[in-house]
Amino acid sequence: MALAKITSVSGRAVHVPGADIDTDRIIPARFMKCVTFDGLGEFAFYDVRKNEDGSDKQHPLNEPRFKGASILLADSNFGCGSSREHAPQALYRFGFRAVIAQSFAEIFFGNCTTLGIPCVIASEADIKALSDAVNADPTLEVTVDVANDQVRYGDKSFKASSATTAKEALITGHWDPIGELLEAKDDVASKMKALGWAA
Amino acid sequence: MGKTLFAKVWDSHAVRTLSNGQTQFLIDTHLVHEVTSPQAFGMLRDLGLKVAYPNRTFATVDHIVPTDSQVAPFADPLAEEMIQALNKNAQEFGITYFSLATGKQGIVHVVGPEQGITQPGTTIACGDSHTATHGAFGAIAFGIGTTQVRDVLATQTMALNPMKVRRINVNGKLRPGVYAKDVTLHIIRLLGANGGIGHAYEYGGNVFDEMTMEERMTVCNMAIEGGARCGYINPDDTTFAYLKGRPYSPTGEAWDKAVAQWRTFASDADCVYDDVVNIKAEDIPPTVTWGVSPDQAIAVTENVPSPDDAKNDVQRASINEALAYMKLPAGKPIKGTKVDVAFIGSCTNGRLSDFREVAKFIKGKKVNPSVKAIAVPGSQIVDVLARQEGLDKVFTEAGFEWRGAGCSMCLAMNPDKLIGDQLCASSSNRNFKGRQGSPTGRTVLMSPVMVAAAAINGSIADAREVFSI
Repeated sequence: MALAKITSVSGRAVHVPGADIDTDRIIPARFMKCVTFDGLGEFAFYDVRKNEDGSDKQHPLNEPRFKGASILLADSNFGCGSSREHAPQALYRFGFRAVIAQSFAEIFFGNCTTLGIPCVIASEADIKALSDAVNADPTLEVTVDVANDQVRYGDKSFKASSATTAKEALITGHWDPIGELLEAKDDVASKMKALGWAA
Repeated sequence: MGKTLFAKVWDSHAVRTLSNGQTQFLIDTHLVHEVTSPQAFGMLRDLGLKVAYPNRTFATVDHIVPTDSQVAPFADPLAEEMIQALNKNAQEFGITYFSLATGKQGIVHVVGPEQGITQPGTTIACGDSHTATHGAFGAIAFGIGTTQVRDVLATQTMALNPMKVRRINVNGKLRPGVYAKDVTLHIIRLLGANGGIGHAYEYGGNVFDEMTMEERMTVCNMAIEGGARCGYINPDDTTFAYLKGRPYSPTGEAWDKAVAQWRTFASDADCVYDDVVNIKAEDIPPTVTWGVSPDQAIAVTENVPSPDDAKNDVQRASINEALAYMKLPAGKPIKGTKVDVAFIGSCTNGRLSDFREVAKFIKGKKVNPSVKAIAVPGSQIVDVLARQEGLDKVFTEAGFEWRGAGCSMCLAMNPDKLIGDQLCASSSNRNFKGRQGSPTGRTVLMSPVMVAAAAINGSIADAREVFSI
């Protein structure tokens, strides 16, 4: 399957601070009553962005100066909790194309990679410095250089790497594995047989 | 050198190495529910693919099912649409489907074990993070996203990286009034909500050896709350005794063969773990959460933390955020906090033994009139068995509502929801902001017996005092 090679993502960034931001927070469960992912973008972080009457709360994603940001800055254990792919789907549809954090919950990380959203890990200090920089100048162009394990902005750069396998999948355009998985049909059949599962 | 169960299962299920270095990993059993599967079936249709091994895929409905009236069509048209989608997908793709009409419906992580589908040494995936539950049987079981649901449907495999294995030993004797739920909450409190990232947790020691299968399921269920994608307990005679005679368990000669093989999956005595944690059973108290992450937990006898206790700015911010959301005063006892709702159920604590244990204590007692208390069996079978023992009567006479099977108020994708900033004493697994359906709703996680104590007391209470345990 021919997929885009995702070697780097550039754009403006916004920091959504807080440790252990769970996928219920990214997309509250009530918005998962759907049979397609299409409309999820507007509900990303809904309950922390909106009051119950639909008016805006104070939240970085509501600030006009961060509108159009495509790189999400987060802290530690981002995306923990539920396995819902609705979370990365909502972030993607909200406009995010890459996430930088101190650490990611595993299922969320895998879901993002499969959608072609690079998740790169950086140090607390580097994230803080970038956060300060984008808060001072939200128009700052930030580049997540997946291929070179680096994030760059202004005249600064820092190390930000992904799992080796995720990086490889993204930069070679193999982030959606279905094509490759399908190729091994016969190997799978023998393995199923060996494990005692009748076809 | 010996191998861990994880390594044995990994080696026997690795099909090949993919171009990016990940392993194409075979999934023996795929469990499907209505919320995370419709898009996956849609992707199959778009790609013109079939389900590769329909006999290894099992579906049920749990998340959106109402627990009061389960008569179709559901009052919520979106819920009805999702259930119709699953009906159609199961039929079209030839998948075994435990629908409401079968009498076997329930929370997917209750149904799998109950049917004998969950077996030692197997790999189990499901579009649900609490798939970790099945690790209680010595299976490697974990949650996956919807695109991965597609992968497993289409190929019976997925791309996966190996995990490290952390052995968590709990030895000694649990104190009276301390349950499997307290053990798992205590572990998360000690190791953190992110402590298990990259790891499978192997739970061992005499405390787990002596647990029933249902208790082991409670423990493994919450591995994911500690950041571990899967958690497991080595299979033993307790495991085999539970599985014997279940609908999908092998029978006759095949049973003996299976048991002999299942035994071989247990971690070898001389295996080496990436990490070992030792916990004394006597140190585990009845535990409750006070914040918005499952690792924000304390003994019921302790005070809620204060920002002054924080070790650094990040921790201070997170304590402040949690206290503000939970509307709890810093540094004051959690005991006595007023409770509005009491929920006993979920894939963590919605099994027969949970209701039996609570029933022992609530007989002759009454739920405080200020509390709405609901008991939700994890499956239709749990419901029937509980009724046969008269447990439903014990609960309703005490003032609980006895409901139909489903996920109910654990995640509130159904009519069971908190209203406004109601505080819920809950036997479920997540205390995230808004988790129980109201954006300002508050959740305090605890064991079912502690939920019962809170329900009767009208506020968070030490079950050992309320019930003279």
